[in-house]
Amino acid sequence: MSESDEGRGSTGLDDAPPAQRREGDRKSQAVRRAIRSELETDASEQAGRPEERPGQPKPVIALSDVSLSFDVPILEDVSFTAHEGETIAVVGESGTGKSTILKLILRLLVPDHGMVCIDDEDITDLSFEEALKVRQKMGMVFQGAALFDSMTVFENVAYPLREHTHMSEDEIEQRVREKLEFVDLDADRVMEQMPAELSGGMRKRVGIARGMANNPEIMLYDEPTSGLDPLTTGTITRLIRKLQKELGVTSIVVSHDMRSVSRMASKIALLHERHIVFFGEPEEMFASEDPYIREFLGG
Amino acid sequence: MGVRSTPTVNVVPGFGTGLAPPVATGVLDRVYITNLKSTPTNSPRLTQPQRLPTRNRDVPPLRIERSKPGILTRLNDSAKSRVLSIQDYFVLAGKALRFIFARPFYAQDTVQQMDEIGVKSLGIVLLTGLFTGMVLALQSSVQLKTFGATIYIGRLVSASMIRELGPVLAGLMVAGRVGSGIAAQLGSMRVTEQIDALNTLGTDPIKKLVTPRVLAALIMLPILTVINDLVGIIGGNVIAKFIVDIPSSLYWRTVWEQIAADGFILRYVPSDFIQGLSKPFVFGGIISITACYFGLATTGGTEGVGLSTTRTVVTSSILILVVDYFLTQLLLSLLSA
Repeated sequence: MSESDEGRGSTGLDDAPPAQRREGDRKSQAVRRAIRSELETDASEQAGRPEERPGQPKPVIALSDVSLSFDVPILEDVSFTAHEGETIAVVGESGTGKSTILKLILRLLVPDHGMVCIDDEDITDLSFEEALKVRQKMGMVFQGAALFDSMTVFENVAYPLREHTHMSEDEIEQRVREKLEFVDLDADRVMEQMPAELSGGMRKRVGIARGMANNPEIMLYDEPTSGLDPLTTGTITRLIRKLQKELGVTSIVVSHDMRSVSRMASKIALLHERHIVFFGEPEEMFASEDPYIREFLGG
Repeated sequence: MGVRSTPTVNVVPGFGTGLAPPVATGVLDRVYITNLKSTPTNSPRLTQPQRLPTRNRDVPPLRIERSKPGILTRLNDSAKSRVLSIQDYFVLAGKALRFIFARPFYAQDTVQQMDEIGVKSLGIVLLTGLFTGMVLALQSSVQLKTFGATIYIGRLVSASMIRELGPVLAGLMVAGRVGSGIAAQLGSMRVTEQIDALNTLGTDPIKKLVTPRVLAALIMLPILTVINDLVGIIGGNVIAKFIVDIPSSLYWRTVWEQIAADGFILRYVPSDFIQGLSKPFVFGGIISITACYFGLATTGGTEGVGLSTTRTVVTSSILILVVDYFLTQLLLSLLSA
């Protein structure tokens, strides 16, 4: 932890491309270099690794030894499995590649090594068109909801239905109402509104309604509670649990809101420095004596 | 996350279509990758040394040691990224054009875009056409007067409008009005993750967003140009009649003489019309594809959207003028043959 370790850090992050080399970055790089050398001196055994336990429900999402790097490595040997009906929370500091995992599952990105399997099908080698098909099994809720702002709430929720089903207009309207009511929105009031007229929490709920419109078997949430007040955070957390309980969907939640994570996750994966350093049940994590985990939970 | 992160696809050497790992499934996916790329290096996490983590998975992996890139490397990188972005541009253009003939068709989006690009640009096109025609007539009357040849105003105005000014001015006006609009719209859709949402919902964003815009521009630009030409010639007529004192019948006769002078293609189509209508078709493609390209390549939040808009207008205006020259040369040699 001494300052003198800093000199060794020449293998640090300074191989970033010139375009990304910036003044402000240099300071934080020095800090990170110090951290890296610190880690090198204290390379102890790994906290947790994903494991396949026999006798459990079928695996729905499986990442095995996934590595991904652009100019700098982002993920290395990341593996975990989400079984049917489970909710896995991926937590970690900002910029550790949490959202990247969602993009890998959606096959918006392809790993350099390793496999991403959805329902026992390896999706890494699929073509763009095939990937579009696999994505229909999934519903994604974006951090900022990402509602199409040129469409009304109704059209937003109806979008996946119009794109991929041959439902009649009546059926679509019925389904949209059902989904909006599921997320505790007054369908008659919001259906004709534009996304810009809604509050942050409402937009997020419409986002969830759109994500589940197609009755997907997998739901992915990117920071579902960030930027919301505590009450709305509670509502969204309850909603995710309701989805998981009533519809039995398998979910991956990327978040750093430990409070809400602890209330909805069946397992937690902690990402740190490109690796999953902990994978297990929330209670296990909260009981852990590991200094980094304690640090993370305390911070 | 840098607000100042480089706002183009350019930063991804190695992700061009040909060189890419299996990732490359389209311009959008590459753009996607670019967005992510800037994240890890730019985010200053763990800024306080006392919060050092003391445990890690195992020994950190070996990293390739690289010294600071020299000027040659940097030049090489920037040249490469430029070539790659040009390649991306053409990949996008190719896809957008191919999807015109592939299901599903987004007819409603196309009609909406035709309204946006064509009908709503009518006002500015009418104004530019009218005043350009008027000023052309005025200027040429001064010049022609010295030779006592003011009766040729009609010839001059119609030749300039139909061959050059009509298509180019309509193109430039639409680039400013529509190109910036498209870039801003797609750019904000990208930074608010709406493009990712489309991808996630199983829609190809190029098919849904780019193709309707390109198709609409290809259809509407020639129509706008015809209107521009016509209004310009009428503007010339007004000046010829009221300021230079040339009767309308004479003016229109000289206009027709000019149109007929260069001969006809397929017996009925004046060759001037071929020039005047093939240009806006090409310009329509340039405007819409440039705008979509910069819009989709937007990174860096709202600031990035502003940058994309500026780039779109500048690039498409320059492209229009440059392409106009070469197209004219090509058409002249083709038509005279």
